[in-house]
Amino acid sequence: MKDNKIIKYIICVVVAIIAMIFLNFVLDSYKVRVLNLCFIYIILGLSMNLINGFTGLFSLGHAGFMAIGAYTVAILTMTPEMKEMNYYMKPMVSFLQQINMPFIVALIIGGLLAALFGFLIGAPVLKLTDDYLAIATLGFSEIIRVVIINLQSVTNGALGLKGIPQKTNQFFVKLLRDIFGISLSHSINLLWAGIGAIITIVFMFLLMKGSYGKAFKAIREDEIAARSMGVNLFKHKVMSFTIGSFLAGIGGGLLAVSLGTIDPTLFKFSLTWNIILIVVLGGMGNINGTIISAIVVTIAMEALRFLDEPLNLGFIQTPALPGLRMVVFSIILMTVIIFKKDNVLKSTLVKVRGRYAKN
Amino acid sequence: MSIQEFLQHLANGTSLGSLYALIAIGYTLVYGILRLINFAHGEIFMLGAYIAYYGIFFTPLPWWLVFILASVLTGLIGLLLEKIAYKPLRNSPRITILISAIGASFLFQNLGILIFSGRPKAFPAPAFLNGVLNIGGVSVGTISLIIPVVTIILLVLLTFIIQKTKTGMAMRALSKDYEAASLMGIDINKVISFTFFIGSFLAAVGGIMWGIKYLQLVPHMGVMPGLKCFIAAVIGGIGNITGAVIGGFILGLGEIMLIAFLPTLTGYRDAFAFILLILILLVKPTGLMGEKIAEKV
Repeated sequence: MKDNKIIKYIICVVVAIIAMIFLNFVLDSYKVRVLNLCFIYIILGLSMNLINGFTGLFSLGHAGFMAIGAYTVAILTMTPEMKEMNYYMKPMVSFLQQINMPFIVALIIGGLLAALFGFLIGAPVLKLTDDYLAIATLGFSEIIRVVIINLQSVTNGALGLKGIPQKTNQFFVKLLRDIFGISLSHSINLLWAGIGAIITIVFMFLLMKGSYGKAFKAIREDEIAARSMGVNLFKHKVMSFTIGSFLAGIGGGLLAVSLGTIDPTLFKFSLTWNIILIVVLGGMGNINGTIISAIVVTIAMEALRFLDEPLNLGFIQTPALPGLRMVVFSIILMTVIIFKKDNVLKSTLVKVRGRYAKN
Repeated sequence: MSIQEFLQHLANGTSLGSLYALIAIGYTLVYGILRLINFAHGEIFMLGAYIAYYGIFFTPLPWWLVFILASVLTGLIGLLLEKIAYKPLRNSPRITILISAIGASFLFQNLGILIFSGRPKAFPAPAFLNGVLNIGGVSVGTISLIIPVVTIILLVLLTFIIQKTKTGMAMRALSKDYEAASLMGIDINKVISFTFFIGSFLAAVGGIMWGIKYLQLVPHMGVMPGLKCFIAAVIGGIGNITGAVIGGFILGLGEIMLIAFLPTLTGYRDAFAFILLILILLVKPTGLMGEKIAEKV
């Protein structure tokens, strides 16, 4: 029976990868971009859910770790010529100027660096309780942002970095052109973020099944009880926080590559807020919910862009309304939090299932 | 640095510290009773300034009346915020109510962008408040002297309310022991509403004076002061009003003096507060004047 299940999972993953390759060719460049963003937000949502939902540590520092990952990837993968063009206000440190690495190495270094920061920050801060932890992690993410703005010779300060090499599907493009004679219009490759998302999902399922996951949940439910059952609180909290930061760094790196341009204002608290929205709508401590809500929220964020533009309601023509989209999302979040309290998706799914499937 | 320059920085630091103190009191009052970081407090501060702005433009009332009415109105908005966003969640886990607070903060910010537009607005301050006084070679803006005075008057009033009136006594009782106080027949909802009103009122006064001093309103102007004032409240020992005032002054003076003495670190101005917060939390998590609360099993 158990083997059967594993085979099922493997089939699922293979199907997902094939579907991704397929979609990569079928969809146009805008849709590929949105799908890519969905995968990135799955990684980010799961990493925040690990810290906030499963371990019950209320951390608001995600944007900071993402910034570390994003800047590492950008600096390590940009070509020296590109860097020279970017750093016109103040030349870059010459050691970093010359570095140029393959994307995957840079991404992993970015994740590890974020994890290192997470570890260094977490070790002292995780002794605090919920609200203090929230404000301290928020503080750290702001400090990281301020440092990025001020370290002009490394990060180019407030100007940001432009022209981060986007991961193209050159290999496939070549393959297709040479063998089938098809040419592609867009440059983004879904596979990096997609495989990253699949690895994250599998990893989260395995982690939560194992003893570590159980310890995390025990800490969330009751710290004192967990401690008296022999769970090393500090070790597990730091571990959860470090893994979460690693994943946030990876997500940030992928985001940098997907956008092609990064600057410090991108990593403001509102970025963390987007991820909180995903985690809350999907349900704290719910992997499936987070995946679904990451996809729904990302697509909705794109689809509802028309709200910011002038609306024609038939009888009335409104002027452009910048901000309306985020107002709608804030109201959704507040409504969900106030009326449903937790696990919205799960409970509605159960309801729908109960209505239509009589078993 | 000459003595004149130093005095100038001191005046600036004191007025900034007073503003921080006013806002920090709102955090500390709410935290003392509900154990909640009211993330939307910074946005209440922003609303206060904007309401005063629109009041001056669209009503024929004199400016001082507009300022008072705007503060009262903002106080009522704070009260409504509690009724809508926090009251239904009073028995839920603390993370839930914290997320609700963050959601409210974002809602206000984006509503601000939607209604007030994202473009900066110039605050129409009465001319004499923007004058510059010259005292013995030290030139200080009039408002920089008025802010501490207003703050002290409000603080005295607040202390009177909390120490001498019945509502104040109920507030103190609630912050000592929430459940016991409710068993003693204190109307919790009324006291909490009153607390939110006072906190938001003070934040609005702070916002209006901020507008007069810095002359510019933007919808996200409340974010940084909001965070910093929470930090001020933590530094002083959250739940303690004197502590919040001391924390506000430490933060305001520290920030100005940091820039004055080490101009190369100007860019790190916003990081200063957070570094201070983390140091305080590591060394003395209860803050300078806070009491140690034993963990109950």
